[in-house]
Amino acid sequence: MITFSHRQLKTPRLLRPVYLVTAGLSKCDRAMPDKRTEELCIEALAMAAKLIDRTPAELKKYIHTAYYGHFADHFGDQLLGEAVIHDRLGLDPLGNVGIKTGGATGGSTLWEAVKAVASGYSDCVLAMGWERMDEVPTDEGNHLIACAADKDWETPLGHIYTGYYAVMAQKYWQVFGREEDSFRRTLAEISVKHHGYARFNPFAHGGMKITAEDVINSPVVAYPLRALDCCLMSVGAACAIICDEDTATELTKNTRNKPLRIWVAAGSHTLRPACRRNMEIPLLPNESPDQYKDLAERFPGSERYPGFTGFLAARISALYAYNMCGITDPSEDLDLVELHDAFTISDIQTYEDLGIRPYGYGRDYVESGDCYHTNPRTGQPGKLPSNISGGLIGCMHAVGATGIMQVFEVATHLWNRWAEIHGDKALWEKFGRQKPDDWQDLQVAGARRGMAVSHAGVGSHVTCTVLMDPDSLIKENA
Amino acid sequence: MSKFAQVTVKNNRYIFSGDFHHICPNQPIRDLDNNGRLTGITNPRDMTYVHSYGGEAVFFENLSRGKIHGSRCDNPECEFTGTVYLPFRIHCPDCLAKNTVIDLTDICKTSARIHTFMVCERSGAFNTLAKPMKFINIEFDGVATILMSYLSVGEPRIGMRVKPIFKTTDPTYTILDLSWVPEDTQKNQLPPGFSFG
Repeated sequence: MITFSHRQLKTPRLLRPVYLVTAGLSKCDRAMPDKRTEELCIEALAMAAKLIDRTPAELKKYIHTAYYGHFADHFGDQLLGEAVIHDRLGLDPLGNVGIKTGGATGGSTLWEAVKAVASGYSDCVLAMGWERMDEVPTDEGNHLIACAADKDWETPLGHIYTGYYAVMAQKYWQVFGREEDSFRRTLAEISVKHHGYARFNPFAHGGMKITAEDVINSPVVAYPLRALDCCLMSVGAACAIICDEDTATELTKNTRNKPLRIWVAAGSHTLRPACRRNMEIPLLPNESPDQYKDLAERFPGSERYPGFTGFLAARISALYAYNMCGITDPSEDLDLVELHDAFTISDIQTYEDLGIRPYGYGRDYVESGDCYHTNPRTGQPGKLPSNISGGLIGCMHAVGATGIMQVFEVATHLWNRWAEIHGDKALWEKFGRQKPDDWQDLQVAGARRGMAVSHAGVGSHVTCTVLMDPDSLIKENA
Repeated sequence: MSKFAQVTVKNNRYIFSGDFHHICPNQPIRDLDNNGRLTGITNPRDMTYVHSYGGEAVFFENLSRGKIHGSRCDNPECEFTGTVYLPFRIHCPDCLAKNTVIDLTDICKTSARIHTFMVCERSGAFNTLAKPMKFINIEFDGVATILMSYLSVGEPRIGMRVKPIFKTTDPTYTILDLSWVPEDTQKNQLPPGFSFG
């Protein structure tokens, strides 16, 4: 499909307001031989209950259906692992279903959970995601991930997904990055930022105090991407409780969690990036029809859209999401974002797909300092901080859990509870981690609206989840 | 004595012969930091899958004969009739009519150029390509899509003219039977088993 009908572009509508009530996250790590997956899921659900001063048993009484995000059955050699987790959470005989959309699995799980509440089918839904990528050697893990590519046309080519993804990075690097050292350095600064923020996050396992030189001198994985440009491989679980208004009000009464309005929209694009046909750039509310007319003159080689440089699925999911909740300019309307930084370069590509910057100018979001908690250029709060959690590069990428982890992280800012949760020394000790002596409070002051982007490899599936304080909505009747 | 798994088709049914899996014993996993206590178990799995190429079989068969086949939508009622696809698409993604299989070998030999590429130092399990692997994505005149493959000679760069080579000796009947070389490459530079078709 290279053109879209007006019916296909209809703004999605929820039949009633939907709320995020609470969320939870387990410890995340590269490997956890001492834990079964159910232990991680219970850890996340217990935390979600604790944040609204309930016991897990009390919270479970509200849950009507469950949506489980788990991408890779073959990693654990356990088909239908969702049924195992559902049983261990003691939620039988409630209906449950598994969701899998690659790296976007967490976001897609929330997408389904929100629709279940919006439709009236359920008043309270559990969205739980997990992954464990520690139970096979790395080369077999790479093969298993590569099975998510087209098995006849791509997987035999090296059995390594990074190679299929990195051709996109190479094209962006040459066309929009112009192979400039300054652009390479900007990529490195993203890694520095995300590893740095992760140091203050007790859930994270990639916290590091590094410099741009460390990134630029790290081993090449697929040029220009180096080891420190790449996301982590993780074990972990995350969950969210999604409710209608009455249930949300009841569950959060006299707690520090204010129910947050939630919208999720999704997009997709063919698994084989090479099969993406030319099309006009779909415009976001903050873009104009003539904005990209001379793009190919400014950036020779950018004639094809989305080609290998943009993620159409991200653009379409943003278009749906912005129209659903009234966002006209993400940089103005949002207070923070959590983006799917699988690689530093795909992080920059996504800034453009989301309209944070126009196509070709994503690097400016980093270079201006807008993406930082505190703008290093001005010392003032960043205009739109991104990945305060550390993201996939610094915090974790336990595939089925990642999109839910991002929403948990955004919500802690909107609840004004970031410091309480992330600074909790008991939590650091429980996870066997040392709270840094220079730990910093990264709460985004006054945050009222945020967004999380969940993304599957090569942009095959993308979701945008928007959270808003119900007293700070942009559009009435959204 | 073990024999490789083999499959043929008779009366549109698979006939299996040989060994499709091998049974190995589970092994305990012990924690060396805690007096060797049991933490888990290995689950050996060695299996052979069977897979149908379906309507794409003609593409994979013809690589070993030095031919590259694509497909074209010839449905006059399709909004995008005449669109040519490589990689091969059995059906038009717009109207879903069955596409016409067409020989694109000459177009590939005369118009192929690198759209983007990646040199990859690492591979996953089961990889059979030599490292570093030089993945290339190739664009062709008159073809709507781009083909992912690999370069067997020289160093890739965007815009570079390339031409196809085929594993006509001992073919694998996979996408690996097709590779590419710079347009001035000579026959004696080709990897073993490959020819210009």
